[in-house]
Amino acid sequence: MTTLLPTPKRKDPVKRTRKPSKPPGDRSREAQGLATMAASGRFALQVCRECKKTQYPPRQFCGGCLSDQIEWQDVSNGGKLLAETTLQHSNDVFFRDRLPWRLGIIIADAGPSIIVHLAEDCVQGQRVRMSLAIDRAGNAAITARPEKPTPQEEDDLQLREMAFDPKDRRVLIVDGKTEMGLELAKAFEKAGARDIFVGHSQPWRASVHLEAIRKMDKTTIYPLDVTDSDSVEELASMIGDKVEIMINNSYHLRMGGVLDRFDINTSHDEMEIHYHGLMRLAAYFGPVMRSRGADGHHGATAWLNILSAYAWVNNPQMGTYSASQAAALSLSQCLRAELADGGVRIVNTFIGPIEDEWYQLAPPPKLVPSTVARKIVESLKRGIEDIPIGAVAEEIIERLAENPKEIERTIKL
Amino acid sequence: MIEKRQDYDGIAVCAPVTIPYSRYSLRSAQWFCGKSIAELIRSAKIEKNDIDGFCISSFTLAPDSAVGLMQHAGVSPRWLDHIPMGGASGVVALRRAARAVQAGDAEIIACVGADTNHVDTFRNTIATFSQFANDAVYPYGSGGPNSSFAFLTDYYMREFGNSREDFGKLCIAQRDNALPVAHAMMKKPLTMEEYLNARLIADPIRLFDCVMPCAGAEAFLVMSEERARSLDIPYTTILSTIERHNAFPDDPIQFRGGWALDIDEFYDQAGIGPKDIDFLQAYDDYPVICFMQIEDLGFCKKGDASKFIDDKDLTTNGDFPINTSGGQLSAGQAGAGGGYLGVVETIRQLTEQTIGHQVEKAQHGLVSCFGMINYDRGLCTSAAILAKA
Repeated sequence: MTTLLPTPKRKDPVKRTRKPSKPPGDRSREAQGLATMAASGRFALQVCRECKKTQYPPRQFCGGCLSDQIEWQDVSNGGKLLAETTLQHSNDVFFRDRLPWRLGIIIADAGPSIIVHLAEDCVQGQRVRMSLAIDRAGNAAITARPEKPTPQEEDDLQLREMAFDPKDRRVLIVDGKTEMGLELAKAFEKAGARDIFVGHSQPWRASVHLEAIRKMDKTTIYPLDVTDSDSVEELASMIGDKVEIMINNSYHLRMGGVLDRFDINTSHDEMEIHYHGLMRLAAYFGPVMRSRGADGHHGATAWLNILSAYAWVNNPQMGTYSASQAAALSLSQCLRAELADGGVRIVNTFIGPIEDEWYQLAPPPKLVPSTVARKIVESLKRGIEDIPIGAVAEEIIERLAENPKEIERTIKL
Repeated sequence: MIEKRQDYDGIAVCAPVTIPYSRYSLRSAQWFCGKSIAELIRSAKIEKNDIDGFCISSFTLAPDSAVGLMQHAGVSPRWLDHIPMGGASGVVALRRAARAVQAGDAEIIACVGADTNHVDTFRNTIATFSQFANDAVYPYGSGGPNSSFAFLTDYYMREFGNSREDFGKLCIAQRDNALPVAHAMMKKPLTMEEYLNARLIADPIRLFDCVMPCAGAEAFLVMSEERARSLDIPYTTILSTIERHNAFPDDPIQFRGGWALDIDEFYDQAGIGPKDIDFLQAYDDYPVICFMQIEDLGFCKKGDASKFIDDKDLTTNGDFPINTSGGQLSAGQAGAGGGYLGVVETIRQLTEQTIGHQVEKAQHGLVSCFGMINYDRGLCTSAAILAKA
């Protein structure tokens, strides 16, 4: 059984905040393939197309038959713990700050021997389940836990560095007025978040969802208008040093393209909310989150943007909306690099049409917000970086991989 | 049936040189190499240009290779080798040089293992050790060789039932051997209690299971027996050598090294067996690897090393002397110099030029080397049997 996560204490203002550091970051181009797999939550290694040998560490030609036809394939994540150690000494500042640090060497069912970050309750000679996670430097790292889930295994302090678990962390949900906002608040409460801050704009407009949030235990509601720099700055000055997971739930969908609905104002609003909104949030909340990446066991860990799957490819039925989503996605990549120094990871979810008034004309399948919220929390617990949610998003990924020009020409709701 | 290899008749190994170790040094690896070459010349009573071949091993010579060093030293050799095999380099240099002299490609070859150690050298070396290590080991706790050997030791102890006391016995004997050696980093005797209760580094490895990285150099000369006689310097001969890389790649974790693959041929070529060996210089960055060498070099069966040493005295005056100058565990690990230490000490013992204790009536010395944890295991093994001339 994993040791219970220590309950976060009120911060002593006199105590120095531990500065963020990163585990060693240099990886070969080959090894970056692991990051691609980790980002989407897959456990994949290189497999030789010719002799079928599974390779690890990553390389450019097969260690069996020397073929250069090796490709990333999902493989079994099972294995057996051959040997273990607990480091009491490290040559790297990141690990020195976190000693003791437990490591294991696994003989994978897929073939190779793999050095892993080892969960507390793994036992030598026993079977384990490995996953590919994203470490604090943003690189892929392999972790191992006992084959069968054990009680409160998500509390493992060491592996918590490689996940974005909301347990005992404080979350800011940017827009609480939508059903999505409410479902997110509920999901984070269920996941054990310490505090849930919820922003809302346009106070004159009533929202049943916001009223429901107001009645919840751990929530606090604040005015927050992402189109207004002063509003963002004000909230950041109040709670910026408490936000450990940012959920950018900004949402402003209006149907229409360019020729069929030439409307600079709508397009301007979309960009203000999705693109400049993200920029304002980043400008005022980003620096303090970055500085708190190593602030105890509950420090800042992730910044999640809820984006549309049409960020990847423009859907002309909502052409300007898609463009604003693509702009936000691009900006998030900039933010990923900038937050990396603090060990705060950018997570993007890509969702298809949801059941709401703005997607009224979209045919099914459509997502219900509770499903999206549940998937988001699950993925944060697992430490996944790119989270496609729903059949539409998954189909877009497949079609883009298969023939990007086909989907560009034929995509529609 | 493997075709019998040519023997090493007529080859002399001589002029054992150690450049005294220091924990840290501001000097460069080039300085340690230069100092070694100067000392080789002095001890063999030759001129700089008499050396027409060089074999160099160093982690910290970068960005130079052996080539750059030749210009530093103002020499124009007709044969040059750079051996980047870490702990296995010493014997590999020896056998390369011996063949070059036999073939007439060079007459006198200087073999030098030298490294400096600035305050950040060790971390830089292990942080950029190899592609596999950068991608799949160093980001996992950054323990360096400590964590790699912790795995091997953990597995070996569980598999073969060794105790910490077994490893302690070896470390304590080596420390005794080191006490008269002036350049050894460790100056005080080691007790079992100190060994067992030392600071934990990476379970099950504790402080005295680890070598201390330091600056220093080890070097020797290879030439014809005829030349050595004419120079009137004491020398040893070579009975047999082996090297092997990436042996047993299908073992899920290392519990044996390449020696196990090659020992039949090794002793066949030497014409003697393990019982005829008077002392063993085993590569000792961690005690577990010495145990593997005792087994894989045929002194006992796999897994029996603890039992084998149980009733043996491992000190220089004992019945199974190991690492007669204290090895790296007591002397320190001078980078690639650690890979040459065993060869140099073997020459000293067999030519009675010891700086520590002398093994009495030693006729045959076995030196064994191990190096390069590229990913999860040490890849290079080598060994040689040298004989009193």
